[in-house]
Amino acid sequence: MSEENNVKENEGQSEEPRWMERVAPKEVDWSSLVIIPLLAVLSALIIGAVLIILTDGWGNVLPAYSALFKGAFVGWGSISETLLAATPLIFAGLAVGIGFRAGLFNIGAQGQMVMGGLLAVVVGFSFDGLPAVVHVPLAILAGFLGGALWGFIPGILRARTGAHEVITTIMLNFIAFRTLEYLLKLPRIQQEGRFDPISKEIAESAQLPRLLTWLPVENADQLRLHLGFLIALGAAWVVYWILFKSTIGFEFRAVGANPDAARYGGIGVAAAITMVMVIAGGLAGLGGANETLGVYHRAFPGFTATIGFDAIALALLGRSHPAGIVAASILFGALAAGGRTMQAVAGVGIDLIVVVQALIIVFIAAPELVRAIFRVKVGKETGQITRGWST
Amino acid sequence: MTVVPETAEQVRVPAEVRRARILGFTYLLLAAVVYFLLAVGTEGEVTFRFGDQPGDIDFTFSSAGLATFTAIVFAFLGGVQLTKGFGKKTNVVLGGAMGLFILAFLGWAAAGESLSMVGMLESTLFLAAPIAFGALSGVMCERVGVINIGIEGMLLTGAFTGAVVGSVVSPFFGLIGASLAGGILALALAVLAIKYRVDQIIAGVVINIFALGITSFLSAQVLVENAQEMNNPGVMGPIKIPILGDIPVIGRIFFDQNIFIYALYLIVIGMTYGLFRTRWGLRSRSVGEHPKAADTLGIKVFRTRYVNVFLGGLIAGFGGAFFTLGAVGAFNENMTAGRGFIGLAAMIFGRWHPVGALGAALVFGFADSLQFKLAVIGSGIPSEFLLMAPYVVTIIVVAGVVGKARPPAADGQPYIKQ
Repeated sequence: MSEENNVKENEGQSEEPRWMERVAPKEVDWSSLVIIPLLAVLSALIIGAVLIILTDGWGNVLPAYSALFKGAFVGWGSISETLLAATPLIFAGLAVGIGFRAGLFNIGAQGQMVMGGLLAVVVGFSFDGLPAVVHVPLAILAGFLGGALWGFIPGILRARTGAHEVITTIMLNFIAFRTLEYLLKLPRIQQEGRFDPISKEIAESAQLPRLLTWLPVENADQLRLHLGFLIALGAAWVVYWILFKSTIGFEFRAVGANPDAARYGGIGVAAAITMVMVIAGGLAGLGGANETLGVYHRAFPGFTATIGFDAIALALLGRSHPAGIVAASILFGALAAGGRTMQAVAGVGIDLIVVVQALIIVFIAAPELVRAIFRVKVGKETGQITRGWST
Repeated sequence: MTVVPETAEQVRVPAEVRRARILGFTYLLLAAVVYFLLAVGTEGEVTFRFGDQPGDIDFTFSSAGLATFTAIVFAFLGGVQLTKGFGKKTNVVLGGAMGLFILAFLGWAAAGESLSMVGMLESTLFLAAPIAFGALSGVMCERVGVINIGIEGMLLTGAFTGAVVGSVVSPFFGLIGASLAGGILALALAVLAIKYRVDQIIAGVVINIFALGITSFLSAQVLVENAQEMNNPGVMGPIKIPILGDIPVIGRIFFDQNIFIYALYLIVIGMTYGLFRTRWGLRSRSVGEHPKAADTLGIKVFRTRYVNVFLGGLIAGFGGAFFTLGAVGAFNENMTAGRGFIGLAAMIFGRWHPVGALGAALVFGFADSLQFKLAVIGSGIPSEFLLMAPYVVTIIVVAGVVGKARPPAADGQPYIKQ
């Protein structure tokens, strides 16, 4: 522990320079922005390899990892799958990241995705004969609203009563699952002739059009990448604009940096917190709509997989910066797409990818760990991002 | 420099008044709801059975009469709440009122039938156990200022280890292995939180993701193929305690349970005594409230935190074994299904006190048990709504209907030794 750090820490609690640097680095510190994530991914893959050795033996590491790489990047099919998997991750990652910027830990992306995806499906099958140019935006808007509603609840509770968003969003995740199961069995929503909870299929005019089917390659009609990817990139740009170019974004970041100072400076902290959660929920809702409108064309329990939780890792990995989140999402998309190939080709369970992802977050969240292992010098920082239970 | 303090300090009094008023109107509203939904048009009688056999110890009420009585009591409580208020007894009164409400609701749902209350209370304790272990683990960690969001992961790892060690060696060693597995995860949390000063909530989330990933991976990779040898520990059955177990009603509920429930009693008693009556407890709490002051007095802040977080991990790991060794008898992927998070909520609900945590866990256990019961009776209420009831209750609780809970002052703050 250096002298300099001690002095910094002595200045008291109201100032939180350390985590602020971490979530919103003032200057671009390339060493910590690039080297730490790279080393984190590398370390996680090495530990993953150890796990493969322990369960399957030496021989399977190379086949497993080469299948992982091929499934992620080699050929149009793989690239399409990687970007397809990355798309909802971008939305959900943005939903968590914008929360971090305002000092809020949104674990509720999962539930917000559920509500968004469900509402989008309802709009998707409820209208017949609408032109796609009207129907698709309408369904997407419904997705945003569904998620925004589910973000509004923890937002207003945090702002008005101080109920910690970690608890309320976790609870709302569970409530969203149960609500989904209930609604999917209503005759108005359930697919005719089915007894399990599954929704009707959306009209063709509400499906997100595929992007790569025109390519002159074999099986081009199976390239599943769809419009949602471009919408996700657009959303990332909008979030960037809100956070760094607009007044309201400045207020969000001010609240995140120091709520007392923000209040003193005349910023409506309660309104800002509610607003952040509404936008975050809406973004996650778009992610849910992306899955139901673009991939499955219907809703069923578990259509969100674990995307809402992976989003936490993405926001950390991407330093809560939209560009970073897009890059991190493509990495995780590659892990997901490659992981499926790895399971099929080398017989290594896809859950290994979850372990690798968890390890990546550990190394990202504890840069000193990476520093200690690799003996590299990178920017000084530690990971105080949230503010405990205090309001 | 005068920094405007957090709103809670400034507007405590108006907030309290507003809360009392809201509570008063809620009572009146509930009185109307109970009367019109549960009393009007309801026929038949309900029998609450407390004995083993029908006719042993029975209480029979007219369902409509019970609901009407409840409505009158609620109207009275609302009136008192709006005029005089109950002062310090507010929460006690609220708890009693909720109990009466549930009784009236049961009377309505089971009109014309009889309900075995002993069975329901027995399963309440059984269903509450893993939540309680999780909550106690949280209390242990947070009293020394380390937030433990990783309870869910520790429970899951405990469940996995308990099943594997329990199958390969013996259930008893399964318990030890499960505790240690939880302890090791807790040490990981401690190292990340104390040494590397990683954000504690992030560290906990990482532990959850990691635990889910590694147990699912090992389960799919190893357990599925060797289910007979490695995932078949058997269930540790109930052990009846002599004499105490023969007490009518109480004996069956409290003293004819499995080893986990007895361990739970011991841990709650031990922690309550330890935290509030011993030197160790005073030191632990001082580290959680004001580590700098504790350090000045010569208390080893880091060591106290490491030890208590490890102990918390042991409790969570042990509680995790409940899923495999105490209830199901085999490990399934993600079998804890969010109980750790409910435990976290129970800890807050129970105001960071072991007895409070147990009480809160029992409330959640009762909600679970009620939902199973109503599913059997067929009350016409969709089971999804009953299943989400505990989560809704949790949100209402943390949103402060039961008053503001105050965490240990240094909770979540890394300590840097000068």
